[in-house]
Amino acid sequence: MDMQEFTLGVMIAVFEEMFGRTLFWTMTGVAAAITAAWIFVLIRDRHVSWRKFLLAQLSMPVGAVAAVWFVLARTGSGLRHMGGPIDWLVMLGVAAAGAVGLALLVYVVQSLIWRPRASAPQRAPTAPGKETRTQVLTGA
Amino acid sequence: MGGKHSLGMSRRGFMTMATGGAVALAASGGQSAAQPVRSNARIVIMGAGAGGASMANRLVRRLEGAQITVIDGRAEHWYQPGFTLIGAGLRPAGYAVTKTTDWLPQGIDFIADYVTEIDPDAHRVTTRGGQRIDYDYLIVASGTVLDWDAIEGFDMALVGPEHGISAHYASPEIAELSARALDRFTDMGGVGLFGRPATELKCAGAPVKMCFLAEDMADRKGTRERAQFIFNAQTDNLFGLGVVHHRVRQFMEERDIGYRFSHVLKAIDPATKVATFATPQGDVRTDYDFINVVPPQRAAPAIREAGLSDPERWVDQGWLHVDRNTLRHMRYPNIFGLGDINGVPRGKTAASVKWHLPVVEDHLIADMQGLEGTRQFCGYTSCPLITRVGRALLVEFNFTENLHQSFPGIVSPLEELWISWAMKVFALRPT
Repeated sequence: MDMQEFTLGVMIAVFEEMFGRTLFWTMTGVAAAITAAWIFVLIRDRHVSWRKFLLAQLSMPVGAVAAVWFVLARTGSGLRHMGGPIDWLVMLGVAAAGAVGLALLVYVVQSLIWRPRASAPQRAPTAPGKETRTQVLTGA
Repeated sequence: MGGKHSLGMSRRGFMTMATGGAVALAASGGQSAAQPVRSNARIVIMGAGAGGASMANRLVRRLEGAQITVIDGRAEHWYQPGFTLIGAGLRPAGYAVTKTTDWLPQGIDFIADYVTEIDPDAHRVTTRGGQRIDYDYLIVASGTVLDWDAIEGFDMALVGPEHGISAHYASPEIAELSARALDRFTDMGGVGLFGRPATELKCAGAPVKMCFLAEDMADRKGTRERAQFIFNAQTDNLFGLGVVHHRVRQFMEERDIGYRFSHVLKAIDPATKVATFATPQGDVRTDYDFINVVPPQRAAPAIREAGLSDPERWVDQGWLHVDRNTLRHMRYPNIFGLGDINGVPRGKTAASVKWHLPVVEDHLIADMQGLEGTRQFCGYTSCPLITRVGRALLVEFNFTENLHQSFPGIVSPLEELWISWAMKVFALRPT
């Protein structure tokens, strides 16, 4: 037994310690809800809207910075405390998670507010030729 | 045992289940934890700290029909590795406090009293209240006794900002008072004295951590130039492991922290704020504005009076005379040692307790079955050596002079890392 025993149960306990039990499970719930909503809009719309995805991508740096700031604030530390490659890799991971998380959120919010206008014909069974035309019309 | 009890146990139970696979895999010759062993043995566990409470949980799962009695007079369970964080003002006293009964399983007898007498020949312990309990197996997990009286002039009532005295080893509440003393010192400046006793001590790195945290605090507050820091080592090194000693020395020199070898605190005069150190050249008196008092540590009197102490090593301290690999008493094979009480070289840490547990469990249960246990304790201990708020060295080692690496190539033991700090502060208490 040593510190390598970082199983899922242990990781959950560590995150509970880091963020507090309530905050951790709230964040987990929110992340799960955003992911579920994203999957929902993908299934509903049957395509990825690159216009929405563009705005989502623009939000990624904001999500990355916010996530890093949040973790550093919770751990009472700053970027000046990053001491070696593993520290920067962990921070990159945190930044990536924040970026992806916010991008999904922005995409989902856009999709829920602005439903695709041509969604009805998409759901209807179409001939192969028509389907191609619909995709062009929706501006995907 | 209210809601908190069931919550705590469910978490502990869940985590044990989660880690069970890894433990089983790590076992060399270990037995399957899934097969309960039938026994009507009477097992007494002396102490319900990290070691005693964990062992009670393990035995309840492994044994069927055994009579397990845990004896501990303290109603509060203390997470002692957190005392440094409390003493530095980074956590409140409540961070380290839960109820002892929160950690004990159902199906055992708990006696809220202290063992004051052990008769290893009659296989019997006696509590302060006069209750006698016979045992077939005794697991001594009584921890260390802090010998505050050994520091002449020290009085627990003096701890706090008024007298500039810190004594964070004493309790969570005293550690919190110590944090206020440190806060005042790092506001005002002056001379801060740190150091460790000449005895073995639990978390031997804690006095060094406190010194580093204090310096960092003054640095953050902008009062560093007004403050002087002196670390007093009991011998000719700053850390028992040579390679770590040199790293600590390097940090201290880089941060202008003074250090003195072979200076052992023997007295303080709170009125004049003068500390007296015993040195090979005679007593040395040093003025202070802040002092972190870490007292000598010894085994509980009951251990020493029962003749269970190592007769050759640490004779002034009385640690339990166990085989360093099996943790079984050298003369009484039905007595085992768990945690800080063990007379083994190196660590008295919660990390070591985690390694003691499967070894003691293995040999105890094998003995009940008429077998020989196979697990060996390698001397593992861990010291997440905080160097400042936000950074630490994750130092792990064992009986050899070699560093142990849990994350080779990823977490270097001699590199100041944020991840090591995060592990110390967030990962160790839940695990």
